[in-house]
Amino acid sequence: MKEIKVLGTGCANCKATVKLVEEIAKAKGVEITLEKVEDIQKIMAYNIMSTPAVVIDGQIVHAGGIPAKGKVEGWF
Amino acid sequence: MNRLFSLPNKQPLLFLIIAASIWLALYQVLIPLSELIVQNLPVERNSRLGSALQFFFYDTPKVLMLLTAVVMVMGMVNSYFTPERTRALLAGRHEGVANCMAASLGIVTPFCSCSAVPLFIGFVQAGVPLGVTFSFLISAPMVNEVALTLLFAMFGWKVAGLYLMMGLMIAIISGWVIGRLNMEEHLEDWVRNMPKVSATLDDASLTLADRVQTGFASVREIVGKVWPYILVGIAIGAGIHGYVPEDFMASFMGKDVWWAVPVSVLIGVPMYTNAAGIIPIVEALLAKGAALGTVLAFMMSVIALSLPEMIILRKVLKPRLIATFIGVVASGIILVGYVFNAVL
Repeated sequence: MKEIKVLGTGCANCKATVKLVEEIAKAKGVEITLEKVEDIQKIMAYNIMSTPAVVIDGQIVHAGGIPAKGKVEGWF
Repeated sequence: MNRLFSLPNKQPLLFLIIAASIWLALYQVLIPLSELIVQNLPVERNSRLGSALQFFFYDTPKVLMLLTAVVMVMGMVNSYFTPERTRALLAGRHEGVANCMAASLGIVTPFCSCSAVPLFIGFVQAGVPLGVTFSFLISAPMVNEVALTLLFAMFGWKVAGLYLMMGLMIAIISGWVIGRLNMEEHLEDWVRNMPKVSATLDDASLTLADRVQTGFASVREIVGKVWPYILVGIAIGAGIHGYVPEDFMASFMGKDVWWAVPVSVLIGVPMYTNAAGIIPIVEALLAKGAALGTVLAFMMSVIALSLPEMIILRKVLKPRLIATFIGVVASGIILVGYVFNAVL
């Protein structure tokens, strides 16, 4: 069970990232919990400067823009 | 086929040289190609429709090719200027020079308006002065490669060059003015209370192949998003090209109308669209006799200031700072509009 958080203020890129992560996790049969973090203060607590960002089990694995498909596949 | 697709990864330099050669060759034959297409259509070449069609078949591939090339190159350049590196470059510098640096870095640092707030806080936290941060925040969306390429492709290098210079000046001077006003206390309290961080840089070094892939990604993202706007813009241009332009707009957006610039800016401030979305409007206004300075001031105010951005920034800035930001930038744009109208 991987705990995934997508950090972003709710722009189109953030939504696309959430969708991409969901799709690929499903395709790979990996069980995840997905949480969208939209509160700016909580986002800033991760000390990132560009969104959307992806956090897996507390580790920042991506920041800035929609991640490439290959990159997401590598997470699972 | 597989070998062809793996070329950008295995031989990125070779790939870039081949791609550039093909691009140049194609670019050379665009005019004959467009003539050829029109010849094979059942219309008279010298008729209005024929001339409009030729313009459309020439301009569409021209603008799209220019845009693809510039976005590709800028995507690769962007990969050298991550927000983290830009912050490290600006941290601890004094105003003045740093305002100029911030405005210039705004052109090459990848930026999306939804990242405005994290970026803003990240800069301030690392000790980048407030005015310098604003210089960056003003220049990044307004002076970007898409706006510049489209202006160049549709209205020539003089318009694009002026837009670049004026945009940079607005960003530098507005940032400097905001810095002079010492408005740090008008940041939201939670922002001021955030722990200071040092602007460290863990440099993940990328290979040329990685950068080529970044370039591809930005072409997919940007060109994929803006091409419909460009088509509409060129179609409007072509329609006007073939038919006689009227001076419809000249009476209220012409050079002689002194209030046209401030009114255009006031209308443009709350509006939001990206650089490509505004191009059809710019094309139509100019063709109908509106003055260039007025139209470019309108374009700048639409791109640089918008209601959605203010709503996001409100989370980190108190109302007075937001009002100052809008006021200073809008005044700068109005001034630039008058200057454009005077020199062109």
